[in-house]
Amino acid sequence: MHDVTHAIRRRRDLIVAAVLVALAACVPLFVKDVYVQNIMVLTLMYAGLSQSWNILGGYCGQISLGHALYFGLGAYVTAILLTKFGVLPWFGMLAGGLISALIALALGYPTFRLGGHYFAIATIVIAEIAYLLFLNWDWAGAALGIDMMVREDSWLKFQFLRSKLPYFYFALFFALAAWLVTWWLENSKWGYWWRAVKDNPDAAESLGVVVFKSKMGAGAISAFLTAIGGAFYAMFVSYIDPDAVMSFQFSLLIALPAVVGGIGTLWGPVLGAAILIPLTELTRSFIGGSGRGVDLIVYGGLIMLISLTRPDGLLGLFSRRKKEVAR
Amino acid sequence: MTALLETRGVWQRFGGLIANSDVSISVGRGEIVGLIGPNGAGKSTLFNLIAGVRPPTQGTIWLDGEDVTATPATERCQRGIARTFQVVKSFETMTVVDNVIVGALVRTTDMRAARRKAFEVLEFTGLAARADVMASELIPSEKRRLEVARALATEPKLLLLDEVLTGLTPLEAQTGVELVRRVRDTGVTVLMVEHVMEIVMPLVDRAIVLDLGKVLVEGKPADVVRDPKVIAAYLGDRHAVGS
Repeated sequence: MHDVTHAIRRRRDLIVAAVLVALAACVPLFVKDVYVQNIMVLTLMYAGLSQSWNILGGYCGQISLGHALYFGLGAYVTAILLTKFGVLPWFGMLAGGLISALIALALGYPTFRLGGHYFAIATIVIAEIAYLLFLNWDWAGAALGIDMMVREDSWLKFQFLRSKLPYFYFALFFALAAWLVTWWLENSKWGYWWRAVKDNPDAAESLGVVVFKSKMGAGAISAFLTAIGGAFYAMFVSYIDPDAVMSFQFSLLIALPAVVGGIGTLWGPVLGAAILIPLTELTRSFIGGSGRGVDLIVYGGLIMLISLTRPDGLLGLFSRRKKEVAR
Repeated sequence: MTALLETRGVWQRFGGLIANSDVSISVGRGEIVGLIGPNGAGKSTLFNLIAGVRPPTQGTIWLDGEDVTATPATERCQRGIARTFQVVKSFETMTVVDNVIVGALVRTTDMRAARRKAFEVLEFTGLAARADVMASELIPSEKRRLEVARALATEPKLLLLDEVLTGLTPLEAQTGVELVRRVRDTGVTVLMVEHVMEIVMPLVDRAIVLDLGKVLVEGKPADVVRDPKVIAAYLGDRHAVGS
């Protein structure tokens, strides 16, 4: 009987996702405003990015504040392959994902031995080092960055002069893909291993969970997906430099939707992104011109509010109610 | 036939402190063996050595005729040793059934099979009604049973129980005792650490008493409790018969 309720719950999630995607896909038919479309693209992108971060940070409990590294790598690999070697961004995207996954494994080898806060600090430092490297790496454009000139609309090159719609649909696909990967992994051996590792590594080990291997797996998958998001972002803005794709604020922007929505949950990143990203963009344009960082002040305030009132994220509102019903 | 578990001349030093010195014990298949002794006797240290938390300073540990001295905890679980923790270590953000599924996944990667196994074990341990509750919401005695359930889901040959009966009400302890008997009846060998003698003595087939890191006495529970050395270890020399 329980077997059935579990299966029903999972199917219900799938149906909800399908309905949401169908609704989202129709929105551009009614919303023609480019500014609003832009916000929608970013919201979907961050939903996907945060979903990717959530695999490592939420499910496996390894809080990374350096995902800007993988985001930036995805962007840079795609941009460099396109401008220097003429490789289509679709392949560049995959290459960026694979390179990021490999780097995540190489970095995870030493850092996954670190506990708790030390891991988080290490990720910040490593991402910052990469940022400085790219800032001074002439071949990769250094501080000037890389300009991917858009000459014509082309699906092959994934470049579009005016229309936001292709980007919108790709961002939707990306968010859905990250969600589906999470949905699938959640009910796999990996998903159970990750949650066990997060809750109690000693107990996990005693039950045959290979703790180190499961962290490595989570790191690689998370980095791969994040880099796909970074590659998309590079094509979307068509000009990148270290500040635009690898600065610390991306690490925060990637992690926060999951934290706000509900860390280690399937729907948390989606909910968090749907609230945070429009809010950020709106505050940015309302207070426009008064300097950078105002949006981040709003972020900080929100996080304080949520950690004080709903430490388990906004989704906690629902699960609490469910628990009371269960009693 | 070789014993299921054997320790041969095991020593464990922590700096200048000798927690286990030259401990050689063996546990036969299908036995319930009690590892007892006063506080600080080195029971938990020995227990952790058997579970694979750390390798001993000296000596070897054998499971089923194979040397597992250098085998890490994860692999010992795969080879058939399962344990519980004295201070319970539930996966607090997971439901009861999900806790048990983690254990079941050692033997299968098929989620349906793991889930089915988990429910079987929950049924067996009397936790089935609490399957969908968060582990953090269980009462202490249920958490103890969850520890046992999770361990059983790994289909162990040898189950190590670390003070699972301590601190329970008499009724809960009685349920626990019956559970351990039923576990043994399914063919699992049980080695249990306890320091409260009156709970374990009626349950175990054989008792091994540790004191000051050494094996003091081992034998049938009824003999062990009358042994003057054991009484002296627990109560001090003045209470030992004939002194």
